[in-house]
Amino acid sequence: MTEQEEKQTYKKRSQVSAVWHRLKKNKLAMLGLIILCVMIGLAVFADFIADYDTVVIGLDTSQRLLTPSLEHLCGTDQFGRDVFARSIHGGRLSLSLSIISMSIAVAIGAFIGVVAGYYGGRVDDVLMRLMDILLAIPPMLMSISIVAALGQSMVNLLIALAIAYIPVFARVIRSTILSIKGQEFVEAARACGTSNARIILRHIIPNAIGPIIVEATLTMGAAILVISSLSFMGLGIEPPAPEWGTMLYEGREVIRSSPYLVIFPGIAIALSVMSLNLLGDGLRDALDPRLKN
Amino acid sequence: MATPMLEIKHLKKYFSTPAGQLHAVDDVNLTIEAGQTLGVVGESGCGKSTLGRTVLRLLEPTSGEVLYNGQDITKFNRKQMLAARQELQMIFQDPYASLNPRLSVAEIIAEPLIVSKKYKNKKEMYERVGQLMETVGLAPRLMNSYPHELDGGRRQRIGIARALATDPRFIVCDEPVSALDVSIQAQILNLLMDLQDQQGLSYMFITHDLSVVKHISSHIAVMYLGQCVEYAETEELFAHPAHPYTQALLAAIPVIDITRRGKRWETLQGEVTSPVNPAPGCRFAPRCKYACEGCHEGNMELRQISAGHWVACPYAK
Repeated sequence: MTEQEEKQTYKKRSQVSAVWHRLKKNKLAMLGLIILCVMIGLAVFADFIADYDTVVIGLDTSQRLLTPSLEHLCGTDQFGRDVFARSIHGGRLSLSLSIISMSIAVAIGAFIGVVAGYYGGRVDDVLMRLMDILLAIPPMLMSISIVAALGQSMVNLLIALAIAYIPVFARVIRSTILSIKGQEFVEAARACGTSNARIILRHIIPNAIGPIIVEATLTMGAAILVISSLSFMGLGIEPPAPEWGTMLYEGREVIRSSPYLVIFPGIAIALSVMSLNLLGDGLRDALDPRLKN
Repeated sequence: MATPMLEIKHLKKYFSTPAGQLHAVDDVNLTIEAGQTLGVVGESGCGKSTLGRTVLRLLEPTSGEVLYNGQDITKFNRKQMLAARQELQMIFQDPYASLNPRLSVAEIIAEPLIVSKKYKNKKEMYERVGQLMETVGLAPRLMNSYPHELDGGRRQRIGIARALATDPRFIVCDEPVSALDVSIQAQILNLLMDLQDQQGLSYMFITHDLSVVKHISSHIAVMYLGQCVEYAETEELFAHPAHPYTQALLAAIPVIDITRRGKRWETLQGEVTSPVNPAPGCRFAPRCKYACEGCHEGNMELRQISAGHWVACPYAK
């Protein structure tokens, strides 16, 4: 039955390619994907573009506050550091921090949400009240207090972000699970004697993946904002490390004379958040096989 | 008499609601012999679907027994139940909602096979899937399609193939044709009847459509508000409906008859009373034109009025 085997592999490939095919049609999502890829690419290869120790954090008083030119694409700051180099190195921090913290938050939040939504009853009550307590504090305030309590470091920032967003994911995923749980195909699976774990993994989560991905990308954008805001307030990444929020903070003193010091990191923040939102919206549509081509 | 294939004894399913106990299924006794089809009819909300789901333990019964080959499956543990589920299957009403939209046709049909761990070899399993698709009349090329790409009739065939995958002996059909076009309905009904002939299946066929039930059933149970009010062989029930509710149901079937032109159909008055904390006595009494004082007290037991014809009305003859 080699023919059938071929069919199987063919199908597996086509499912991924079908999603890609649908995503390609969405111009805005593609724009978001391209911007994101460029930013991630720049962040990954940041070391080849600009050396960290000399250009990014090294001081050079002779090069202070230069306007954008061919040599310094985005100008230099009051310490003579290249703003472009700092921005792409800053992307490294912002993007990786937001991706890691969101992955943690999605994993834990999804687990809590699935357990609460699927099993219901008292488990649901206890878990959701816990989440309510966390939700009662705005993510920003939550992160500030966690960082303040644990001390200022990158790891603590990660923990703070993850904890702040776990209840958001738990809620979204729980409500998605609730609506899927009541559908007949779940009952059909139960009628075959399918175990709870298999029902969750094979029947419920694949159908909940759309909202999860959308929420994850949107929240990643929000996380970038929180990281920048915390750094701006001096609670996130410590200077001289280049972080977009830190750069905004440092640039605000000279904002009238050299606005490009805040414009470029600002654009970087805005572009990354926007591209994540566009991509998230596009993915939601592309992941739904019910949408016709 | 040998033990019947499936015997439902005093089956009850109550739901707790803020208003009180909802008696969805209340003391139902039925038997289904091997190779037979029991039609369960009744209007919306009378507990037909709940009965079907409780029999398969998709809902845990409040009390009562479901004997399958003489064994009470309501007391089965996890492992025994998994084995029993291979032989007790279900076909669902809505072919749109009962198929996982993320799985392909082959994957949907293979699910019960994977769960039952019947096949260790993937090739053999998909051979079986192909065979099942042929049995229910699905073209092999649809294997890798997704449910949303197919029409209602084909989807329902997928549902049937899935139910047949583990060689069941008994299938609960929960209104399997009511979501389909009339032409497709006939195809699916004929498919179900052919399968019954070939594989000796027993069905519990839940429907509100009397013409469908007449076509497919050997026995009929009429339900009203969670209770079985009449049980008889199909011909007997259609020829001599004894319970006032059954009579009203049958009278509501439109007949093409020129002499009836202009005459009013006699229809049931009033609404179904609430199944929450029902009053004692006959549940149909508030709508029954023959109701008298005796109907509002005591329990209406099924009694035999002729061989194999049971009625829960003390005045029925």
